[in-house]
Amino acid sequence: MLNNITIGQYFPAKSVIHRADPRIKILVTLLLIVTLFMAGNFTTLLLCGAFTILTVLLTKIPLKMYLKTLKAIWMILFFTAVLNIFYSTGEGDPLFKWKFISIYSEGIERAVFIAIRILLLLIISSALTYTTSPSELTDAIERLLKPLKFIGLGGAVHIFAMMMSIALRFIPTLVEETDKIMSAQKARGADMESGGLLKRAKALIPIMVPLLSSSVRRATDLAEAMECRCYNGGKGRTKLKQLHLGIRDWLILFFAALLLAAVIVLNTLPVI
Amino acid sequence: MDNIIELNNVVFDYSDENDNPVTVLNGITLNIERGSFTAVLGHNGSGKSTMAKLFNALEHPSSGTVIVNGMDTADQKYEFDIRKTVGIVFQNPDNQIVASIVEEDVAFGPENLGIEPKEIRKRVDEALKAVDMYEYRDHAPFKLSGGQKQRIAIAGILAMQPECIVLDEPTAMLDPKGRREVIETVKRLNKEKGMTVVLITHFMDEAAIADRVVVMDDGKFILDGTPVEVFGHVKELKEVGLDVPQPTELVGLLKDGGIDIETDIIDVDGCVNALMKALNLEEK
Repeated sequence: MLNNITIGQYFPAKSVIHRADPRIKILVTLLLIVTLFMAGNFTTLLLCGAFTILTVLLTKIPLKMYLKTLKAIWMILFFTAVLNIFYSTGEGDPLFKWKFISIYSEGIERAVFIAIRILLLLIISSALTYTTSPSELTDAIERLLKPLKFIGLGGAVHIFAMMMSIALRFIPTLVEETDKIMSAQKARGADMESGGLLKRAKALIPIMVPLLSSSVRRATDLAEAMECRCYNGGKGRTKLKQLHLGIRDWLILFFAALLLAAVIVLNTLPVI
Repeated sequence: MDNIIELNNVVFDYSDENDNPVTVLNGITLNIERGSFTAVLGHNGSGKSTMAKLFNALEHPSSGTVIVNGMDTADQKYEFDIRKTVGIVFQNPDNQIVASIVEEDVAFGPENLGIEPKEIRKRVDEALKAVDMYEYRDHAPFKLSGGQKQRIAIAGILAMQPECIVLDEPTAMLDPKGRREVIETVKRLNKEKGMTVVLITHFMDEAAIADRVVVMDDGKFILDGTPVEVFGHVKELKEVGLDVPQPTELVGLLKDGGIDIETDIIDVDGCVNALMKALNLEEK
């Protein structure tokens, strides 16, 4: 039952985007998010949309996977849109008026605009996690944050990255364990599916307690095993996989920057 | 004689939550010879896992000394070199795998040692080939079987190129197939690569493949010798809650029943031969 978590999943494939440097991918994703918030009219939003669709096609991951993440957030999308319709006021006459509710054409326009923006944000960030393995991601974050060592945070950056990669490594292990504990409690007659919210929350306690105690035991074991393998907190550590920035990576960054520039320029033009 | 590990009169004790002293190891002396294959037998709580942790400075003796390659484990400055010399594989494979990709996990040790990336690549490939897991190098460990995961844990230690590998009940959580895979791998490392192996176990058939078997009970060694010598002491083994291998037990019982049969048997083949001799049958 816990096996259908798609957020943050990685789908191995051999695409240009998969092979791109993870550092560049993170930077480009951040750049695109900024661009999306800069986009002030439909022309620029469409430009961002075109860029997003091109990226999605380049990842060679079936569109079905992207639609799956949409399924998880359509409620948020729907409510943001509805709230925007009701709360916007326009200059002209309302399109629809009933007691205190009035809908203006500007409201509908804004709702569509914001819905598209959220949609694109989600697709762009999914494209990043779908094409980059967790270890590549943490590695890239560690390297991107390296300049922090100049303010004395070098060790903290390594520890943070190590914690993140261990957390990611243990997600499947703990999911499996949760499933086992749940079956064991059900076999003892625990009821987890009926009753109100409070009752169901209470039913989780007999699952959380053994899960927590076994996690602590695992952590102790892991610490011992890491010590055995000469881990001493990242001092003098080398890496099996070296990251290399190629021409392709710079090109991707260049196109993303170009998009941001285009959006800024087009924003100043009158709305079509 | 060239010893890689020397334990001299080692005592290990601690106080429990009620301040009662608990003695885990009670003055043990042991030499592990370079290139040898030693099995340590004992039931739960006999002190065998604590002894393993003394071997690479994870724990320190309360009194007595542990010397690894001439280095005293009590000396902090040797800690790194001692752990480079003696690697430990633990019981639960899930709790010793650090990374989410097989080859990245195997690389963890050499990365900590600060080895050049090219050399790490070479060591990782060699280690994975040595445990027969090379074709799984880019897989996620959680999708593999217990035996495969444990072999990756072994590869993770091998990639650090230690001189001695200590395995603390590596098969306790595995199914029979996984157990066989791991034991075959360990045997090969000792016979083909000449690596010193210390295998801690409570399975008799695993101890039978070693050159030397040491039996522990209550923090002391009670038997020490070749498998044939040790398994001859059926009564002593039973007294400390251990079994003898089935073939050994069978010939022992036959002898007690008055049948003229060889008793220094530790495996099925030897047992078959002895039985045929006793029955005056010729081998086909």
